[in-house]
Amino acid sequence: MDLNYGPQYEDFKKEVQSFCNEYKDLRFVDSSQSPLASDGKGKHGPELTRADWQKLLIERGYFARSVPKEYGGYGGDPDIIKSRIIATEFSKAKVPSGMGGQGIDMLVPTLLELGTEEQKQKYIMPTLHGEMIWCQGYSEPNAGSDLASLQTKGELIDDEWVINGQKIWTSTAQYAQMMFCLVRTEPDASKHGGISYLLIPMDTPGIEIRPLVDMTLKAGFNEVFFTDVKIPATNIVGNRGDGWAVANATLSHERGSLADPNATMNRVNMLIDLMKEESIDGKKLIDIPVYRDKLMALQGKVVAFQSHSLRTLSSKINPGQDVKLGKMIQKLVGTELRHELEGFAIDIMGEIGTLYEQSPLLRDGGSWQFIYMYFLGLIIGGGTSQIQKNIISERGLGMPREPKVKDS
Amino acid sequence: MYFGLSEDQEFFQENIKKFLDDNASVDIIRKIATDQPELQKDIQGGLISLGINNLLVPEEYGGLGLDILFAVAVSQALGSGIAPTAFVGSYVMAPIAILNGGSEDQKKIYLSDIASGKINFAVGFSEFIGAREDCEIVYDNGKLNGRSIFVLDSNNASHIMVADKSGKIFITTMDSKGLTRNHLTTVDKTRSFSEVIFKDVEVELLEKSKDAISPIQKSIDAGRVALAADTLGAAQEMINKAVEYSKERKQFGRVIGSFQAVKHMCAEMAADLEPCYAMVWHAAHCLDEEEEESRFMSCHSKAHTAEVGKAVAKKATEVHGGMGFTDLLGLHYWFKRIGVNRQLLGAPEMVREEAAKIQKLI
Ligand SMILES: Cc1cc2nc3c(=O)[nH]c(=O)nc-3n(C[C@H](O)[C@H](O)[C@H](O)COP(=O)(O)OP(=O)(O)OC[C@H]3O[C@@H](n4cnc5c(N)ncnc54)[C@H](O)[C@@H]3O)c2cc1C
Repeated sequence: MDLNYGPQYEDFKKEVQSFCNEYKDLRFVDSSQSPLASDGKGKHGPELTRADWQKLLIERGYFARSVPKEYGGYGGDPDIIKSRIIATEFSKAKVPSGMGGQGIDMLVPTLLELGTEEQKQKYIMPTLHGEMIWCQGYSEPNAGSDLASLQTKGELIDDEWVINGQKIWTSTAQYAQMMFCLVRTEPDASKHGGISYLLIPMDTPGIEIRPLVDMTLKAGFNEVFFTDVKIPATNIVGNRGDGWAVANATLSHERGSLADPNATMNRVNMLIDLMKEESIDGKKLIDIPVYRDKLMALQGKVVAFQSHSLRTLSSKINPGQDVKLGKMIQKLVGTELRHELEGFAIDIMGEIGTLYEQSPLLRDGGSWQFIYMYFLGLIIGGGTSQIQKNIISERGLGMPREPKVKDS
Repeated sequence: MYFGLSEDQEFFQENIKKFLDDNASVDIIRKIATDQPELQKDIQGGLISLGINNLLVPEEYGGLGLDILFAVAVSQALGSGIAPTAFVGSYVMAPIAILNGGSEDQKKIYLSDIASGKINFAVGFSEFIGAREDCEIVYDNGKLNGRSIFVLDSNNASHIMVADKSGKIFITTMDSKGLTRNHLTTVDKTRSFSEVIFKDVEVELLEKSKDAISPIQKSIDAGRVALAADTLGAAQEMINKAVEYSKERKQFGRVIGSFQAVKHMCAEMAADLEPCYAMVWHAAHCLDEEEEESRFMSCHSKAHTAEVGKAVAKKATEVHGGMGFTDLLGLHYWFKRIGVNRQLLGAPEMVREEAAKIQKLI
């Protein structure tokens, strides 16, 4: 066991700390579409637009660190420890990290791994700069957990893909310029072998977007309809019929990013502050033993999950260290834990915990209710908790698959 | 940066597991639990020849001079094989208490004798953690009076260390005049617990524990993490057994491991237990190298692993159906080991309250 990153990282850590110190009171002058983004309201530090902040982060190497310069990244060597130091220090200082979203988190890594040179040139830079928003067109009304049964059809006619069908639950489609999309292009091939990964400009004629209001009352996702949508034949990542493998490369990126233990620990600390301030029947919440015990139990779980993330980090830099099962549990444990934590905060606030939107008496901007619901979405999205348990038991523990039902 | 056990630590674990596989089968454990308790001595003797007694004794006193993480890795292996041996009290808590609380002379005498296998300590700190009404330990003028309950590793111990309410630690031999030991029967028959009654027993005070609380605290923290590791090992073994069984047992014409209800129980156990590895190792590492975090981490490890252990013990038993409930299979020895670990040195609620105190939330 050696938790020191080594002396070569000491300077780097100091550099990041001093940057964080400089920008800890950063205030954004524009709004964000991301519901979890902070805007630094009430802070009196440097004022920036989100786009300028993003560019500054890339310039300093605190974002898109290992993405080559020619594609708009910082162009540093991949260094997991440096990435970790950046994430930890930003989180400690509560300085907003760069933009997220499906383009940055999922598409960029996929293109870097599997895209053509032309695709990398064209898409990565504007995506990193937040100028090109992407949405993920995977799920369909009849293809959710059983994603590979998707039926949206793509036919190659005269150098163009002609797409017909429907996607659903497509987050951010209403703002997106582009969609990465799974489409059935080889109707005669097997279920998994007939899918291709296409890149679709959202302003192409024939696309209709209908927002769907989700339980948080924000229109988080959409239905997207395709009627004879035509895109160039070159807008494909990987070969025809390889879409399933390409998509799986990105799904693992998504699952890893859904539940950051440091963010969860920050919420534990916010909860402690809340419990020190808020009182009921003349008693501070923190002084009520039942509440305090539950708080400690939750904190214990988060501590375990934080230590666990150090172990999975270690496996990335120490070849041969096996934490296969450890990685498989992350989405399940991380999303369930966060949901539980946010829900506990609501419970101990009593009736006040139900307040929402712009209500008087609202605490912490209503974030406990909002994130409580938002994380239920994350428990379902990106492979439900039940699907995660299937994966853990089958691939992690080697238990047998369910017998196949005939003609499905 | 490397977060995990070293090759040496894993190798040591393998040796212990192999020894226990060869020498402490469920049949042997059952004999120890029922009519041949004396067989326990052979197993403990074998483990001592592997070196479990001198891990934490510094080299200058003839020990291996290893760190707490090493001892915790060993504890994990002992837990997975529900080893019927003294360990957490005699070879983790006692040497740490002496190392931190003993004078130079005391260290020389006692640590050397622990390392050579000449003596072994029972540990009775119940007066300091979770004291009971009628058990007060009182020290006056070299003499000790009172009662210590749940003395750990007392079975074949030659010596005993006892704490009073203030955290002072006293040492004497088990055969001292005025000392009586009564065996306490718990559900866990793989380890022994006693109540020890003192009537004007002559004792020696561990010198530095006289006005410092840190010797006993460090000993308890390490003991808690070692118990968490024992639970971790035992719970992992229960999951392994459940998964294995589910791949063999057939009902409704298919193996039960293909039923999703069973698969999900196993997945939940694995998902709950997996982070405990990192947590327990991290806590041990803090005890070795990051003093400020160590009390916080050891409380949380003890409490959280106890909760997970309890859930795993239940589900793994359920996966075995009626067979899980029988003595035939012996799964219940693991269930009970985990159950007793949970209560020792502070059950979860108590330890969590301590975690809150450490953060000044109380
Ligand atoms: C907030 C949010 C954002 C989303 N964003 C996107 C997006 O941007 N792009 C996109 O393509 N999709 C998106 N999704 C869709 C998401 O991936 C699907 O909702 C998810 O995969 C589940 O599919 P489903 O909704 O059809 O549910 P179903 O598959 O119908 O599942 C219903 C229930 O059945 C269970 N179930 C299904 N199959 C099994 C099985 N084999 N074993 C055990 N239980 C099973 C499920 O666990 C669930 O409890 C989003 C979803 C949410 C909630």
